[in-house]
Amino acid sequence: MDLVMFEEEFEQLQEIIGRLQQDSASKVVFLVDKNGQQIAASGDLHSIDATSLASLTAGNVAATDGLAKLIGEKEFSLLFHEGEKDNLHISIVGKRGILVVIFDQSSSLALVRLRVKRASRELQEIFVRVEERAQNLASESARFESPFSEITDEDIDKLFGD
Amino acid sequence: MTFINYASREINCKIVYYGPGLCGKTTNIQWIHSQANPEKRGKLVSLATETDRTLFFDFLPLDMGVIKGFKVRFHLYTVPGQVFYDASRKLILRGCDGVIFVADSQRPRMEANIESIANLATNLKDNGFDIRTIPYVLQLNKRDMPTAAPLAEMEELLRFHNEPMIEGVASRGVGVIDTLKACARQILMELQKN
Repeated sequence: MDLVMFEEEFEQLQEIIGRLQQDSASKVVFLVDKNGQQIAASGDLHSIDATSLASLTAGNVAATDGLAKLIGEKEFSLLFHEGEKDNLHISIVGKRGILVVIFDQSSSLALVRLRVKRASRELQEIFVRVEERAQNLASESARFESPFSEITDEDIDKLFGD
Repeated sequence: MTFINYASREINCKIVYYGPGLCGKTTNIQWIHSQANPEKRGKLVSLATETDRTLFFDFLPLDMGVIKGFKVRFHLYTVPGQVFYDASRKLILRGCDGVIFVADSQRPRMEANIESIANLATNLKDNGFDIRTIPYVLQLNKRDMPTAAPLAEMEELLRFHNEPMIEGVASRGVGVIDTLKACARQILMELQKN
């Protein structure tokens, strides 16, 4: 099913991510969809190509999922990459989310894990609401006016500069 | 799986380039990267071997403009074409909104094309998609090669449900943008229908 994010849930996700970034003393926190799309982010984003990060993270998680299944595990819900300066903590949130925390020596793995655990529970609740809302929309499609229902050939031609 | 963000007014869609090894998938994306306005495209990410064969995927994000007040972005991915990378191909197809099949027009590669389409159908099915209904475009690449099979022959062997079929020479950019537009158009029309 398509992932549809409305303002209310987006702002709640953003708030949780922001709080996680502060509480874990990390540099950057990203919330990414398992298909490689960035959902939300908080922290010093200027030095990071967020789009590439989202795509590579999803690829990393997908490959690791594949490895897990090969050895009979359901999934590896946690990945940690240790660098010389910065470290990467990647965890799965619910069915479709990936939480990425980049931290340096200002924080610690233990603190990050603790804060991520709490944030994951909160994020998971939001994801459930997002899915429920999307399912309700699907069943009430006659009343919900999608902005895409009136896409015309002219709209698409203009997109491609035809 | 389209990501529609009402908060930031963005639509993000995923297109996957599929096909047998060395058919021109990466060449298609490299051409788009080289020609696109730098403000409209992101960085080209290529996970490749030392000999420049795709190992996991290539990735290129592309801003296509605005439609009904929403910024439309396409995420272009290629899969590794070599036969033994099947597990990776299946992963890259996750959540895709459209597929571009790049066929190698050279006659000795016809069997590889046919097997790759069959492989695509299987991997799409494993990801919950149906090759007969997903937005899909067939690009006949390498039309400039001396052993290129006639169009009618390729159509009979490879085209199976009246999908757009576009001739290409990806190394020179011929047909590359038309192929992408055809797939993007189908995806947007699906959005409209759904």
